[in-house]
Amino acid sequence: MQETTIALSDFISTQVLEPWKGIKKVAREEYFTSGHRTCQGCESALVMKLMAKAAGPRSIILGATGCMYVANTTYYSTPWVVPWMHTQLGSAGSAATGTVAALRAMMRKGKMEEEPINVISFCGDGGGADMGLSAISAALQHTHYNLLIFMYDNESYANTDIQVSGSSPYGANSTFSPPGKVHRIMHRRWKKNTAAMLAAGHPDCKYVATVTAGNAIDTMNKVRRALTIGGPTFIHSLDPCPKGWDYDPKYSHELGELATETGIWPLYEVEEGKVKMYGKSKHIASGAFKRKPVREYLLRQGRFAHFVEEDIDYFQAKVDEMWEKWLVPGVIPFAQA
Amino acid sequence: MTPPKTATAKKVDIATARAPRAGSEELISGSEAVAHAVRLADVDVITAYPIRPYDTVMQYVSQLIANGEFDCEYIVAESEHSQFEIVKHASAVGARVFCGSSGVGWLYAFEALAVTAGLRLPMVAMVGNRALDDPGAFGVEHNDALAVRDLGWMLAWVATAQEALDTALIAYRVAEDKRVFLPCAISCDGAFLTHSQSIVNVPTQDMVNSFLPPYDRAEKQLHPDNPITIAPQANEDWVMEIRRQSDMAARRARDVIIEAYDDFNAQFGRGGEPFIERYMMEDAEVALVGMGTLAMPVKVAVRKMRERGKKVGFVRVRWFRPFPTIELQDALSGVQAVGVIDRDYSFGASFFGGVLANELRCALYPMANRPAIVSFIAGLGGREVSTDNVIDITSKVLDAANGGDIDDQDTHWIGVRE
Repeated sequence: MQETTIALSDFISTQVLEPWKGIKKVAREEYFTSGHRTCQGCESALVMKLMAKAAGPRSIILGATGCMYVANTTYYSTPWVVPWMHTQLGSAGSAATGTVAALRAMMRKGKMEEEPINVISFCGDGGGADMGLSAISAALQHTHYNLLIFMYDNESYANTDIQVSGSSPYGANSTFSPPGKVHRIMHRRWKKNTAAMLAAGHPDCKYVATVTAGNAIDTMNKVRRALTIGGPTFIHSLDPCPKGWDYDPKYSHELGELATETGIWPLYEVEEGKVKMYGKSKHIASGAFKRKPVREYLLRQGRFAHFVEEDIDYFQAKVDEMWEKWLVPGVIPFAQA
Repeated sequence: MTPPKTATAKKVDIATARAPRAGSEELISGSEAVAHAVRLADVDVITAYPIRPYDTVMQYVSQLIANGEFDCEYIVAESEHSQFEIVKHASAVGARVFCGSSGVGWLYAFEALAVTAGLRLPMVAMVGNRALDDPGAFGVEHNDALAVRDLGWMLAWVATAQEALDTALIAYRVAEDKRVFLPCAISCDGAFLTHSQSIVNVPTQDMVNSFLPPYDRAEKQLHPDNPITIAPQANEDWVMEIRRQSDMAARRARDVIIEAYDDFNAQFGRGGEPFIERYMMEDAEVALVGMGTLAMPVKVAVRKMRERGKKVGFVRVRWFRPFPTIELQDALSGVQAVGVIDRDYSFGASFFGGVLANELRCALYPMANRPAIVSFIAGLGGREVSTDNVIDITSKVLDAANGGDIDDQDTHWIGVRE
């Protein structure tokens, strides 16, 4: 059969966003500014700011239902300087796909001036790890679509009064999993390994990374890398949440760092099939840094206040497994049979 | 497409060649006719997901793309919800879009359907009408498309493959008109229309281009040059005003549809009356009312009843949203009794009637001399509505017109085993 002019495999080039080497090199312009109503100490709001700053002005940002929709975008007081559109809870993947498809078609047909435009679609853990997983998976299969799915994970449905999600840690107290007289642990599921699941399940996806906003430069550079490398990409951010995790708002960064230092939240990137640990996680993996006990992390948060020794031991054993038994420590489970 | 024979082409007088500019005659199904409309409308983004019977349209669309006859971004989604969300977002960026579904697939996308209308995005969709599960049935029922009747979707029902093609072109023009900016679904009865072939005039690209202007999202386009925020949280401060804007758009749609049919009739030499089709209504004493491919057995039955000296007519509702209240009042003002045939159900509704029957009853209520309305449910799950069924229905309506003992406070199920 004859090849036609419609090349479905054609790639549109991306913007080239070089990494920022140090805080002084970071652009001064902000694209997520005042106007939002997030809680004091909200790490996710900071993540939005870093994400938008890293992407720059020639971007379209789409946001699934969740805190970063409801608390961020009140009619007539939007904090978004770049174009922004709401999408449904399970539609982060679809929103990105549809936006890129429209840009591609219209540019190819001469209905819009051709230029590389960043398309970022964000979702929370409820929208990403639970309801929207299939649409994100589908988006990551469109290897000729330049898009970034950014999942801000505050480990609960935090906008609707804190309910457990598939991304909540084992045992966490939430309004759907309150410790009671008969059942101390109501949430018995272990947190989904979302970033690695998506990386492993979509080997043609060129870039997947995990971040925390405490490492601001790293977080922005991962966004810039994802947008530059092209194709569909995914970033998973762990966002300490004062309201949902129950701690003083001033400790948000500290808890994010502790999550990494205890080995609970490994920082890594998977670029073109190669896993690379970074930050403290790199030193944990090499043995240069000894993981802190998970107790130091758990006991700082009210959501684990009902834990007894047995629960902490179980949590520690599960984290030990990640680093001692997994095929790729901290990333890919299974052991060789 | 067959090019015109040289001998014929030579005879064409240049003075008369401009209008009407003939397209080509094709033997195609309703689904293929819609695929041609989508190609001619130069749609930019299409998403597909399989469910019978609508999926045939995407089989034709994908062939057109594979053969290089049509250029668009064509995405096979992983669910109907994603299918409709993807084109919703493409439409916000300014792309012309097409999508479709059937039965429970349409309902799987329900959330996306609601927000598409709420966002005033002019998506055009095809519904291959199908019974909702359970129990499973591939056949036609109208409950799928009717489920969105309150949300701001414009809803058209077509009876032939030609009408499917024409209505799709009209739908883009109406939906994308700035006075409207509402999505439009074209309902094609599963199997009876989606899979049945008939001769269709497929217009030329030039003809379509002169009828259908490009989609221009203008100041509402999502683009870095126009950094707007779309669909924030409005809450009780603004939601009622925004709903009112949708209400006004739905009201304005009426005139825009009339304009579109006027132009379509002038340019294509066909298209008919907007909103309803009147069949043998001039002197009718009783009328039947229905939607979709029911028209075929009903028209045959009307002619048979006429042969018996009964003055029977038929009104086919072509647009359910906006509902043709004025046209139906006009068409039915002279009849003594109306029989409404619903290919749908609304369990527990007033008089146990279907959706169309109760909507029509509501529309005719203010009339000084309103006719008696007898409500029927027929052809569910794709069951054939035969000419004999329609004759049975007509006899009951004539009975009502003549003051007989037919119960017009009940709804009569036709062709059902009790």
